[in-house]
Amino acid sequence: MKCVVCRGPAVIDVRRANANFCPDHFTKYCRDQTSRAIHEFDMLSPGDRVLVAVSGGKDSLAVWDILLGLGYAADGLYIGLGIGDYSDTSGNHARAFAESRGLHLIEVDLPSDYGYDIPTGARAARRAPCSACGTSKRHLFDAAALDGGYDVLVTGHNLDDEAAVLFGNVLRWQTEYLARQMPMLAARDGFPKKAKPLVRLSERETAAYCIVSGIDYLVDECPMSVGNRHLGYKEALNTIELQSPGTKSDFYSGFLRRAAELFRSAGDIEGELTGDLGHCERCGAPSNSDLCAFCRLVDRATATQRSSQGGGSGDGRPEGAGAAAPQPVTLRPRSPLPRAAREHTNTEAEARR
Amino acid sequence: MRLRNPTREIEMPGPALVSVLLERLELNRESVLVIRNGTIVPGDMRLDDSDQVEVRPVISGGAFELRATQVVIS
Repeated sequence: MKCVVCRGPAVIDVRRANANFCPDHFTKYCRDQTSRAIHEFDMLSPGDRVLVAVSGGKDSLAVWDILLGLGYAADGLYIGLGIGDYSDTSGNHARAFAESRGLHLIEVDLPSDYGYDIPTGARAARRAPCSACGTSKRHLFDAAALDGGYDVLVTGHNLDDEAAVLFGNVLRWQTEYLARQMPMLAARDGFPKKAKPLVRLSERETAAYCIVSGIDYLVDECPMSVGNRHLGYKEALNTIELQSPGTKSDFYSGFLRRAAELFRSAGDIEGELTGDLGHCERCGAPSNSDLCAFCRLVDRATATQRSSQGGGSGDGRPEGAGAAAPQPVTLRPRSPLPRAAREHTNTEAEARR
Repeated sequence: MRLRNPTREIEMPGPALVSVLLERLELNRESVLVIRNGTIVPGDMRLDDSDQVEVRPVISGGAFELRATQVVIS
């Protein structure tokens, strides 16, 4: 099998593109696809300060590396979720990537900065761990991007992620979610601009990009995501893709080109698209109730955490329940990252900033 | 590149093509990468007895049933 560009030995076949690539031209292919997405959806502009949400996995490290290769100034944000060894290892991968390249990595740690971990948060909220995790990460991503003055918050969502979510939303005709599934969301009051530059790359391609680029990513999956519904959707789509290469890309890109606009009016479920929201009375974040979802989660989770550690008022209520949450209370603008948020940087990265 | 955390190890007769390996393991080629001696290889690559081979799942967003698999070609 030969590279379609240089005729050298190929290391990967990309059947949906009817192409095989050597390492160098595969890297160029990934950068070109990312660049196309960035320009097609007006994700980034030259000179933008970019914040990349980094988990230590293949997608987030790949998008950080690709953006740097394309000449963008990008810092990283890692959130420690308190999921045992998994979080320890994922943090190590994120730090090693940043340190090896002299990059600036902001760190937030849920247990030490907010007093709870994801397993406790999920128990307290009586929801799936992925729900508590998503609520926490969305809030902290937004806060870090706004507080740091970044122009764009970038995440590593890839084609498979987006196609699987779209598949699930179509199966249930969740029109309110379909309206929000865009690879770029413009900044709104209280929300930073958000972009997903990897939507033209499959996760097989982002994994291959990491391997040929020497990026040591966390291979293991989060132990709390067992039974995640989207995994089944991904496998179903890959079964179709095997028989008909290009189906995933056609499904997602066709939705963006021909259908997404039809759902726009259906789904401003939280006022994020129109900016028609109030503000959390504690942290100032956009919210449709007195306390935002994150502050409510912090209250419940920290109360549960204290209760499980032996506290209790004797009246059935956990010790401290209803008391102020541990993070600083500020009104608008929304609360900054906790003071304990640590930054890993070196001289070169500091100079660039 | 180190091969990490294989949770199962299997043996299969060689030499064998990557595509044949995946068929025998009943794996969808869209969901995995095959890594031989630290380098990813395409479906038509022949795997020999001396090769260190890892089949690495690439699906994220859920704990994938197939963990990284180390294959011994014998």
